Amino acid sequence: MKFGVIVFPGTCDDIDAQLACARVGDAIPLWHADHDLQSVDAVVIPGGFSYGDYLRAGAIARFAPIMTEVIEFAGAGGHVMGICNGFQICCEAGLLPGALLTNDNLRFVFRQVSLDVINPDTAFTRSLERGRPLSIPVKHTTGRFYAPESDLDRLEQNGQVVLRYAPSQNPNGSLRDIAGVINEQGNVFGLMPHPEHAVDPLTGSTDGLGLFASLRDSLSGSLV
Amino acid sequence: MSAPAQPLDGFQRALDLGLSADEYARIVELLTREPNAVELAMFSLLWSEHCSYKHSKLLLKTLPSDGPRLVMGPGENAGAVDVGDGWAIAFKVESHNHPSAVEPFQGAATGVGGILRDIFAVGARPIAILDSLRFGEATSERSRYLLQRAVAGIGHYGNSIGVPTVGGEVYFEAPYEQNCLINAMCVGLVRTDDLIRSAAAGPGNLLVLFGASTGRDGIGGASVLASAELGEADASKRPSVQVGDPFEEKKLMECSLELLRRRTLVALQDLGAAGLTSAVPEMASKGNVGIDIDISRVPLREADMEPFEIMVSESQERMAGVVEPSRLNQLLETCAHWEVEAAVIGEVTNTNRIRVFNGPELLGDLPLDVLVDGCPLYELNPAPAPNPLYPPPNATLESKDATATLLHLLASSNIADRRYLHEQYDPVVGSRTIRRPGCADAAVLTLPNGTAIAIAIDCNGRRVAADPYRGTIEAVLECAANLACVGAQPLGLTNCLNFGNPEKPHIAWQLTESIRALGDACRALEIPVVGGNVSLYNEGPDGPIYPTPVIGLVGELPDPTRAGRLGWAQPGDAIGLVGDFAPHLPASELAKLRGEPLPDSLPEVDIAKVQATQLAIRDAVRSATISSAHDIAEGGLATALAECCLAVDLGCEVTLEEGTEPTELLFGEAPGRFLISGPETAVAALGQVIGHVTPTALQINSADTQIDVPLARLREAHASLATLF
Amino acid sequence: MHARVLVRPKAGILDPQGAAAERALSQLGFAGVSEVRIGRLVELEVEDPAKLSEMCERLLANPLIEDYEIVDG
Repeated sequence: MKFGVIVFPGTCDDIDAQLACARVGDAIPLWHADHDLQSVDAVVIPGGFSYGDYLRAGAIARFAPIMTEVIEFAGAGGHVMGICNGFQICCEAGLLPGALLTNDNLRFVFRQVSLDVINPDTAFTRSLERGRPLSIPVKHTTGRFYAPESDLDRLEQNGQVVLRYAPSQNPNGSLRDIAGVINEQGNVFGLMPHPEHAVDPLTGSTDGLGLFASLRDSLSGSLV
Repeated sequence: MSAPAQPLDGFQRALDLGLSADEYARIVELLTREPNAVELAMFSLLWSEHCSYKHSKLLLKTLPSDGPRLVMGPGENAGAVDVGDGWAIAFKVESHNHPSAVEPFQGAATGVGGILRDIFAVGARPIAILDSLRFGEATSERSRYLLQRAVAGIGHYGNSIGVPTVGGEVYFEAPYEQNCLINAMCVGLVRTDDLIRSAAAGPGNLLVLFGASTGRDGIGGASVLASAELGEADASKRPSVQVGDPFEEKKLMECSLELLRRRTLVALQDLGAAGLTSAVPEMASKGNVGIDIDISRVPLREADMEPFEIMVSESQERMAGVVEPSRLNQLLETCAHWEVEAAVIGEVTNTNRIRVFNGPELLGDLPLDVLVDGCPLYELNPAPAPNPLYPPPNATLESKDATATLLHLLASSNIADRRYLHEQYDPVVGSRTIRRPGCADAAVLTLPNGTAIAIAIDCNGRRVAADPYRGTIEAVLECAANLACVGAQPLGLTNCLNFGNPEKPHIAWQLTESIRALGDACRALEIPVVGGNVSLYNEGPDGPIYPTPVIGLVGELPDPTRAGRLGWAQPGDAIGLVGDFAPHLPASELAKLRGEPLPDSLPEVDIAKVQATQLAIRDAVRSATISSAHDIAEGGLATALAECCLAVDLGCEVTLEEGTEPTELLFGEAPGRFLISGPETAVAALGQVIGHVTPTALQINSADTQIDVPLARLREAHASLATLF
Repeated sequence: MHARVLVRPKAGILDPQGAAAERALSQLGFAGVSEVRIGRLVELEVEDPAKLSEMCERLLANPLIEDYEIVDG
């Protein structure tokens, strides 16, 4: 199982994402200026400050050459996980609904938060232990999830809300406490919390590992 | 070819630029002519306090800077220590005090940017940042503003570039009201064989400038801001503040590290204070070569910049490198890959001179031994102040009740929960952080060879003000104690000496005594000084800051899985008090809250005894025989107990022996004492068992006094800094 | 030619920056201030001002959360 981790100018958590993916498969970096996904089985768009978050977070990265391939890959059913800045890029690219806005307290926030798994049947959550919240850190300035009310209703009805901040854990004012969503087809997943920083007992909780393992498990069934 | 003579009122201009009359006379004497305008601008910066260390260099030379683990000592962009298996840790602390008083967000941000560049300039990948901050009392609106903006600026830069901010400290004291202190420490990881120096070499080699374009940022910054007291007119200094771009620096950092990995460069230097004017001459001087530089080839951000502006610009995110002509293409390709602009701007020569050209026109021609090494070094005239220098603090605590006192201490700005600052920093990027802020007395990060390093930064300026010699000894011991509590052995020390105007005898005395103590402490503990920074002239109309020698230590621990924690592990564990017990109220936090003036001196410290206790703690943590260790510092024993409870939401019940005055016992301060917890026998073997961990409340019994407080009340008091953000 | 585009948060979207500025103005003693919203100004030189709308639609504004107004050009 080969994960491709995209690297833009300004990406910060790419090595962390590669290390996390390497615990469940193989991981290679994919350079923003290339047009080659190198036959990876899944794409991870990691966290950081691509292009300095200039204009809007993810607004410029979304037009990088590699993103042409990622959008095509996703359109054909390929699995994409967008973490933090990756989530922002997916929204800007139209791969996911909604947008991420400035945190309601206007500040960068780092915090270990508790997340409820709302949809345990996605490709990214199916291997998780059912009913157990995930302890995963958030670290962002622009993490407040927004979509118009009617869209939010639709997301909830369709099971596209995957993760919610547990009660009193919402760090940024995201509407309906939404921390992670998937697209209608279920192959693109965006989340603000950083699962790659919850895979090693030495550095924190290991609750994030299950998201990568679920993806590997989902795809290994379809690998020849 | 000699430099064109330009008629100018050199003398007056020199004074306006911050040089003294004697310094100007010396320049003229050594050059055997008057300098022209560009040359004078260069002298004014290189001979400023900030660049030349003219009031501190003679003293700094007395510090010990050798040792078996030292691989790069003072004098380079950063120092470095060996951490085994071919790895080294490069680190340094620097100040950005004066710019931050003028514009705290950008001042703090560019302070972080500057120290990051110093680290990757020696070839190390930055892996951690710590910040050491001081402001006026938290009741001051201005200090709250500076705090908010400085923390936001540090977070902005560190988070955006992807280097974790893993620790730090902040103090609120009236003497810093007009002169805040913003010190930033950076730690980097490098293969020892890959460490690079800044000495230019090889006449015929090319000088390359890469990174951001050059604009008018910080024009005159080094001379205007860092070498002068801030007076009424500092609003007019606002245009000098540099603006940082962490995105640019991220690209620059990756580019620089790749250039170094591929051995593309002969030498590398970052551009900091005084920009090209300090970087280029220093590279040439260190290498005993000369450099010709053509400013018409410098990529500019603004049109119509004057030649001297280009030379003194402090635009951020720029590096200067020396490259052999045959490797130039490789350099340009690497820069293009990382979207970093690069331009050849000069050439190494064998003239031992720096020549500044604008195209074909020669603008300045100076011998390096005069420009770089000709600055006079001043002996200080130290004499202790005849009268107290610092007014007593305002009293904020009247009550004598022990519980009320403890709650007041926990809520006091120097002790309260720093979570509201930490939360604005990313401590985990890089996946190395084992101990995040608030979990232990020092930050701990893993290394590729399976061991770990610990990092701490400390100084209690008020105690140094009471006794510059003993207060500085205490600062070093405090920092070492924090490392011991996570199981680490110090490997090297960096320091940032923040003081007032050294031309005043009482400040000279503070500086002299402090550096003497720093040397004595380092020799006693066998810790080499790897480098550091000096920030002088931190005073205003209301007087000088407390003398503040900020100490940064890096230590090693062999087994990351056994890194210590400060909070209790579980109810039932024994709690122990370790170390000689001589708590002392004068100069303590409680004394401050009671509005007491500073004492004339601090009690003597037995360094050997404290060190022995630190080693015992370190070994106990490393062997995992105890479950927690916490150094007793500000607020004394009762505060330390509360901190151990609050870190993990557990209580304790302890009984203290009679025989010492209860207030002193509970709240007195002195180095060399620790709180530990764990199994009864292990705790008893190391120290004195004073009680046990309980589920819910903090209970301290001592002669005539009982403190019994539910955790919720402690937490409420401890959360007082929330209102500052 | 010189062009200016104003990008502002769509009506109805929480704007904490605007709210913070409004509070600060009030604390400074300016009475009667409300509905503070904070956006962005983009200034540029363009050879073909007819393309400005498309620039806004594709990059300079996010139509889900922002409105844009071409002020000059």
